[in-house]
Amino acid sequence: MYETTYHKAGSVAEAASLMANADDGKFLGGGQTLLPTMKQRLAAPSDLVDVTKIADMKGISANGDGVTIGAATTHYEVSTSDLVKQKLPGLASLAGGIGDPAVRHMGTMGGSISNNDPAADYPAALVALGATVVTSKRELVAEDFFTGMFETALEEDEIVVAIKFPGAAASAYAKYPNPASRYAMAGVFVAKASDGSVKVAVTGAGQNGVFRMSAMETALSGNFSPDAVAGIAPDANDLLSDIHGSAAYRANLVTVMAKRAVQKA
Amino acid sequence: MAVEGIGARALRKEDKRFITGKGRYTDDMTMPGMGHAAFVRSPHAHAKVKGIDASAALEMPGVDAVLTGDQLVGDGIGNLICGWMIHSKDGSPMKMGGWRALEPEIVRHVGQAVAVVVADTQAQARDAADAVIVDYEELPAVIDPLAALESGAPQIHPEAEGNLIYDWEIGDEAATNAAFEKAAHVTRMEIHNNRLVPNAMEPRAALAGYDAAEEHYTLYTTSQNPHVARLVLSAFYNVAPENKLRVIAPDVGGGFGSKIYIYPEEMVCLWASKRVGRPVKWVSDRTEAFLTDAHGRDHRSEAELALDADNKILGLRVKTIANLGAYMSLFSSSVPTYLYATLLSGQYDIPAIHANVKTVYTNTTPVDAYRGAGRPEATYLLERIMETAAREVGLSPAEFRRKNFIRTFPHQTPVIMCYDAGDYDATLDAALKAADYDGFAARKAEAASRGKLRGIGLSCYIEACGIAPSAAVGSLGAGVGLWESAEVRVNPVGSIEVLTGSHSHGQGHETTFAQLISERFGLDTSAVSIVHGDTDKVQFGMGTYGSRSGAVGMSAIVKALDKVEAKAKKIAAHLMEASEGDIQIEGGELKVAGTDKKLTFTEVALAAYTAHNLPEGMEPGLKEGAFYDPTNFTFPAGTYVCEVEVDPDTGKTEVVNFVAADDFGNIINPMIVEGQVHGGITQGIGQALLENASYDENGQLLTASYMDYCMPRADDVPSYSLSTHVTACPGNPLGMKGCGEAGAIGSPPAVINAITDAIGDNSLSMPASPEKVWALYHAGVKQAAE
Ligand SMILES: Cc1cc2nc3c(=O)[nH]c(=O)nc-3n(C[C@H](O)[C@H](O)[C@H](O)COP(=O)(O)OP(=O)(O)OC[C@H]3O[C@@H](n4cnc5c(N)ncnc54)[C@H](O)[C@@H]3O)c2cc1C
Repeated sequence: MYETTYHKAGSVAEAASLMANADDGKFLGGGQTLLPTMKQRLAAPSDLVDVTKIADMKGISANGDGVTIGAATTHYEVSTSDLVKQKLPGLASLAGGIGDPAVRHMGTMGGSISNNDPAADYPAALVALGATVVTSKRELVAEDFFTGMFETALEEDEIVVAIKFPGAAASAYAKYPNPASRYAMAGVFVAKASDGSVKVAVTGAGQNGVFRMSAMETALSGNFSPDAVAGIAPDANDLLSDIHGSAAYRANLVTVMAKRAVQKA
Repeated sequence: MAVEGIGARALRKEDKRFITGKGRYTDDMTMPGMGHAAFVRSPHAHAKVKGIDASAALEMPGVDAVLTGDQLVGDGIGNLICGWMIHSKDGSPMKMGGWRALEPEIVRHVGQAVAVVVADTQAQARDAADAVIVDYEELPAVIDPLAALESGAPQIHPEAEGNLIYDWEIGDEAATNAAFEKAAHVTRMEIHNNRLVPNAMEPRAALAGYDAAEEHYTLYTTSQNPHVARLVLSAFYNVAPENKLRVIAPDVGGGFGSKIYIYPEEMVCLWASKRVGRPVKWVSDRTEAFLTDAHGRDHRSEAELALDADNKILGLRVKTIANLGAYMSLFSSSVPTYLYATLLSGQYDIPAIHANVKTVYTNTTPVDAYRGAGRPEATYLLERIMETAAREVGLSPAEFRRKNFIRTFPHQTPVIMCYDAGDYDATLDAALKAADYDGFAARKAEAASRGKLRGIGLSCYIEACGIAPSAAVGSLGAGVGLWESAEVRVNPVGSIEVLTGSHSHGQGHETTFAQLISERFGLDTSAVSIVHGDTDKVQFGMGTYGSRSGAVGMSAIVKALDKVEAKAKKIAAHLMEASEGDIQIEGGELKVAGTDKKLTFTEVALAAYTAHNLPEGMEPGLKEGAFYDPTNFTFPAGTYVCEVEVDPDTGKTEVVNFVAADDFGNIINPMIVEGQVHGGITQGIGQALLENASYDENGQLLTASYMDYCMPRADDVPSYSLSTHVTACPGNPLGMKGCGEAGAIGSPPAVINAITDAIGDNSLSMPASPEKVWALYHAGVKQAAE
C-alpha cells in the first residue's frame, strides 16, 4: 500500500470539505473493495475520508410502504433487519449472500453501489425495485445512477447518503456465484410492484453492468410463473465472457436464475 | 498429557501454540538492524533485459541498495539447479538451461526477479522497487507445452533445442505393442492433468543475517528440508561453506512440496545480507506466491489400454508431455518420470507397459512436486481409463478392477516398482460397502425425480511413499540419498529430546513422534520434545516430502531408540545385579522379570549421567543416534468412491458422498491420519472441480489471486466417510506406509468418474467447471435427440 492520510468525517458536510481539501482523495466505506485495491498498489489516494462514522448515513427506517437505508449501513445489517426482511425479503436475502461474514460486517451499501462492480449484487436490487439514490447533491433514480461498468453518475466530491426503496408486492433474488470470488456470474432480481407491474434486473452478466430484461418483464406481467421466463434469454453478444464462463453460458444462467427468482418470489 | 502410545488418538501437542496465535513463523523473527527486501519482477513472459536504471530508486527514503543479476553473477553466486539427472531414451542427458536468482539478460516468465531493493521498511522497499526502471525488449513467448514443441516455436533456452528437456521412456515397447496387436478391445483417451498452484497458508519468507566477524550466515526460511537447503546453498550456489551457514525452518505453515525447493528470493536475501551489511527480510505476498511458487501437475497424455476377450488387461501404452515451465526446479525432472510412470501399473496385474515422457520448457512459472508429485498424474490417468474401459465393455467398474487386481506379493511390475504387501480386495470391499454401491440405482432414480443427474465413480489408487532407498534412487539419477536421521537424547532426569531430520509443517510430528517414545518407555508424552528444523541443533537430515516422515523418519527414531533401550537395560541390569536379558521396560520402569526389583526410567537416566556406577568400560550418558536408509518404497493403496449430483440447468456439481478406504500400514495416531486424508481429499476435489492455473497467450497468469483461482472451501465438500485396513509394510520396523498424499492422489479420478457417469460423457477434463459440464451434457442430449 502507498502512504495515505486517513480522515474520519463526522458529518456529510465535513466529508465534503475534507474531500475538497484533499489532493487526490477517496471516500472510504467499508473498505472491502478500496483497501484490497490499495494493498495491491492499484490505487494510491492521497487521502481517505471515512464516511462510515457519519450518524446520518447509518441505519434503516420505514418510509411509507418501503424502506430507506443509510449508505453506510453494512450488508450484515441489511440482511438481518426485520424491517427489510418483512418489506423486501429479496433485498435481505441478497445482502445475506454477499461475500462472507467478514465482508458483510464491513462492506456498505453506499460503497457497493458507488463502486458499481459489474458482478456486484446490489445494483440488480436497486434497479428492479426502482430505488432512488440520495446523494449529498441530489436524488437519482437507480437506472440513471448506474452508467456502466465501474461507472456511476457520481461526481468526484459527491457522497451517497442513503438509498430509498419503494415497497413491493413480491421480490426475490437468485444468484449464480463465481466459484472463486463468489460475486455474481449471473444474478437476477425480480420485483413485482403493488400495481402488479414487474421489473427484472440482471447483474454479473452484462458488459455494461446491471441491465433490465424487458422481455421477461412483459412475460411475467401476464403470467408471474417460472415457466413464463423459461424460454427468454438475453442476447449473448451483450454479455461478459471470461475464464469462468462464456457469454453463451451466462445467457443460460440468466434464464435459469430468473426462473429461480420467480419461483422464490 | 498422558502415556499415549502407538494407536492413541492423542491431541496434537503443537496445536496450543498454533490455535492461540503463538506459532513462530519466519515473519515473526527479527534481527537487530534488519532491512526489508522487495523484488523487481518482470511483467513479461519473455523479454531481453536491456538495462536497469535504479538511480531514482536509490534516491528514495530508507533505501540501502538496489542489486541486480550482474552483481550476483559477479560475486560468483551459482545458478539454481535441478538435482535429479534424467537421460533421454537416446542416452543423452537432460538439457538444463541456466537459472540465475536475479536475471541479468533474458527473463522467461512473468514474475521472474531482475533486481532487489533493500530498504528500512517493507513499504519503502516496495515503493523503491516500483521506481526501478527496467528496459525490456519483448520476445515472442510460448505458453502451451504442445506449441512449445512445434518447429518454429520461440526458443526459451539455448541449451534445450526445440524446448525439449528430455524424451524419456520406461517399460518394454515391443512387448507392449505386441499386447495391443492381440487385444480384443482397446480403450483410448486423451487425459490432461491441470496445472495447480500450491497455496500454502503461510507464504514463503526468508530472514538472512551475516556476521562479518565470524563470516557466518544465519537464514530463517520456510523450508521443508533445511539441511538440503543448506547443502544446496553451500555446494552449488557458493553462498558459504556449510559450517558457516545455519538454516532454520521454524514453524512453517504448510508446504505441499512447494517449500522443498531453493528459490531465488531466499538465496538473494542471504547474498544481500552480506553485500548490504544488514540482515534482510523478505515475505512473499500472495501475488508473488501465485507467480513464483513452483506450480504442480500440468500433463497432457494419450493413454491406451488393451484388453483380452475376458477383459483381462494385456497392456498399457502412454505418451505424456509434461510442462516444466521456464526453468528446471530442484526435483522437477523426477516428477514426470520416476515418481509418475513407475506407478502406471496401479493395483493391477498388467503384463506390458510402455510410457514415453517428453518434458518441455514454456514461458510459465516452473513446475515441480506438489502433494503427490507424479503419483496423482499416474493415478488419474489409469483410473480414468479403467473406469472408461469398464463402461465400454459393459462391465461394472468395480468388477472390472477386481478381475485385474494383483493378489500375490511381492509383485514386480513392468515399470520398476516391486510391491511388497497389500490387499486390494479388502479396501475395495470396504469402500463399496460404506458407499452402498449396490443401492446406487435407487439413489439415482430419486435424484432424477428432483431433476438432478446423479453419478458414481471409483478410484483404486496405489502410490509409492517412504522415498527412498538411497542406492536405488542414486542409480535412477537422484543427486542425494534419501535416508533419514534421528538422535535420541535422554536427559539426566529422564525427559527426552528427539532430534529428527524430518520437518513438520503441519503434519503433527511433535505428537506422533512423541507417541513412539511414550510407547517404548511408558513415559508421558509431555516428557518428550521433538526438535527439528535447525541445522545447528539437528544432525544432517533429508526433510519431509513424499509422505516419508513416518516410514523413514520414524524408522530412524526407532533405530536410535533400540540403542537407547539396550544401553538403559545394561545399566539397569548392572545396578540391580540382574542379567540384561531379564530386564523388561513397562510403565516407565525397568524391572527384573519375575522379581519385584525395579528402577524408574529417571533413575537409570540419572545413573547414566552421574556415572558413579556404570558397567565396566561403559561410556557415561544416554544419547544415541541413527541413520535409516529404507530398503524399498512403501505402497499405500486404497479405494475411493465419489457420488455426485449435477444440476443440468447450470452444470454445477455437488459432491454428495465421498468414501475412502485406505491401507496405510500400521497407524500411530488415527486422528492425525484422518486429518491428512481430509486435507488430501479436499485438495483432490479442488483439483477435480475448482482449481486451475490459467494463462493467457501472452503468459499472463489470469488466476493470480483468489478472485479467480478457486480453492476448495468447507461448503464445497461433504463430510467424508473414512476407514482403514491394515496390511503392515514389511520393509520398515513400524510397518508404516504413509498417508500424507493419498487423499490428493486417489480422489480426482473418483470425482471425474462420478461426473462422467452422471452426464454420460467420458471426455470431461479437469477442472470440471460448471460450464464444461453443462456444455457436454447438453451436447449429449442434443446428439441423442438427433
Ligand atoms: C472477499 C470479498 C467478497 C465479496 N463478495 C461480494 C459479493 O458476493 N457481492 C457483492 O456485491 N460484493 C462483494 N464484495 C464487495 C463488497 O460488497 C464491498 O463491500 C463493496 O463492493 C464495497 O463496499 P465498501 O463499503 O466496502 O466500500 P469501499 O471499498 O470502502 O469503497 C468502494 C468505492 O466506493 C466509494 N465509496 C464508498 N462509500 C461511498 C459513499 N457513501 N459515497 C460515495 N462513494 C463511496 C469509495 O471511494 C470507493 O471508490 C466482496 C468483497 C470481498 C473483499
